Amino acid sequence: MKDFFTLFNFTGAGEYLPDLFRGALVSVELTLTVMGLSLVFGLIVALARLTRFRVVRTVATTYIEIIRGTPALLQLFYIYFVLPAFGLKFPPFTAGVIGLTLNYSAYLSEVYRAGIQAVAKGQLEAAQALGMSRTVMMRLIILPQAVRIVVPPLGNYFISLFKDTALASIITVKEMIFTGQIIAATNFQYFAIFTIIGAIYLAISYPGSLGVQYLERRMKIGYRSRRRRATFGGPAQGAPQGAVS
Amino acid sequence: MIRLEGINKSFGRLHVLRDVSLEVQKGEVVCLIGPSGAGKSTLLRCINHLEPLDSGTIYIEGVPVYRYARGDQVIADSDRKIEVLRSEIGMVFQSFNLFPHFTALENLMVAPVHVRREPREQARRRALALLEKVGLSDKVDAYPHELSGGQQQRVAIARALAMQPKAMLFDEVTSALDPELIGEVLRVMRQLAAEGMTMLVVTHEMGFARDVADRVIFMADGMILEEGTPQQMFSAPKNERTRQFLQSILEPNASVEETRAFSGTASNVG
Repeated sequence: MKDFFTLFNFTGAGEYLPDLFRGALVSVELTLTVMGLSLVFGLIVALARLTRFRVVRTVATTYIEIIRGTPALLQLFYIYFVLPAFGLKFPPFTAGVIGLTLNYSAYLSEVYRAGIQAVAKGQLEAAQALGMSRTVMMRLIILPQAVRIVVPPLGNYFISLFKDTALASIITVKEMIFTGQIIAATNFQYFAIFTIIGAIYLAISYPGSLGVQYLERRMKIGYRSRRRRATFGGPAQGAPQGAVS
Repeated sequence: MIRLEGINKSFGRLHVLRDVSLEVQKGEVVCLIGPSGAGKSTLLRCINHLEPLDSGTIYIEGVPVYRYARGDQVIADSDRKIEVLRSEIGMVFQSFNLFPHFTALENLMVAPVHVRREPREQARRRALALLEKVGLSDKVDAYPHELSGGQQQRVAIARALAMQPKAMLFDEVTSALDPELIGEVLRVMRQLAAEGMTMLVVTHEMGFARDVADRVIFMADGMILEEGTPQQMFSAPKNERTRQFLQSILEPNASVEETRAFSGTASNVG
């Protein structure tokens, strides 16, 4: 029974907390790097899937199917343990960035694709009827509208990525879980350590998901939020009377 | 100006255009009327190649432009050639299709600046002039959702005009409007016609067709069944289908004046 209560021993926490915070910082760093890269690559993959060139389309689709059909953990193993055999050796953090970016680019590309396809067909026709090329239409008409559609789901992926960085512990990236395991291996305070880690994750992701909810609400308002800015910040303009629809 | 020769178009098993030939002269206003499903809208959409054809040829100022559907492939002239053609023919849609993330002014400027590569200032000046012409000088900085349907449609007309088109296609542009907003849009179109714009107008507004059209074409089942001057068509239609159609729209005892108010509903029925 005494052993059971030693479980709740937080006495050593002061010593290892700084290490855990350093681990948290690595998790955040990993999240930001991967998200930044995935936002760009995901868009490229999405456009590749929507192009007229069949070869490009096939390559993009194959990539997405491979990533979605295999565990992220396996992908990380592959990059960190298998690729060195082919002369491609990466430090743990880099391998983590590559693995998670490959993974998230595939998922984000599907989000982008759905967003692009959700833009009303009439918009495409209006743009075409004005003589716009596909590129101009994509850049000026479709993507700006797709962005509003995809922001909330992208936010959710952002939060889930933060939690998925824990996977990188398996290839010795010194993020929170990995650090926690090392500490626990020496002082056996599993309960204390992993509870603290859980609290840190929650302390970061909960505000994040509140932020996403806020964005979701704003996007639902549609283009009205822009009007407010235009009305008050922009050039003088009559009150929006007679605004129908 | 615009010449169509033996146009055929099917959607799956549905044969929407059967061997349609038609010519619109420079400066002419032609109204296409007929029951819904007659292929009027499809015909317009084929002219600027929003729909690929199955067969037939479309000549714009004597130059043939091709875009054919062959199974799931599209065989066409270069994208560039088709884009240039589209930029020279204005199109206005039933559902306005303004770009919601741009102001009225930006809606008018985007194509001249990014398709024609006009200097911004020049495009801006013309855009402002056009918005004034359609009576929306005070809505220059408004976003589409801040405008009424009639105002949106006038912006859409101005947007098409901003490309200084050689001809304009109007696809049931008043059908989505509340009856009291139809007049302001038709007024703009009358003015355009008076200025000598070449116009091909799909419409259920028989009052407009009677007053403005040089020629009225009646279509049904993907074919042109009858065409003539508004007087011929409205007072003495030869074809039985035309007679039936006009009768259903211009209720037996209604005068043509009363028709305009009535045809707002007719667009839903017909």
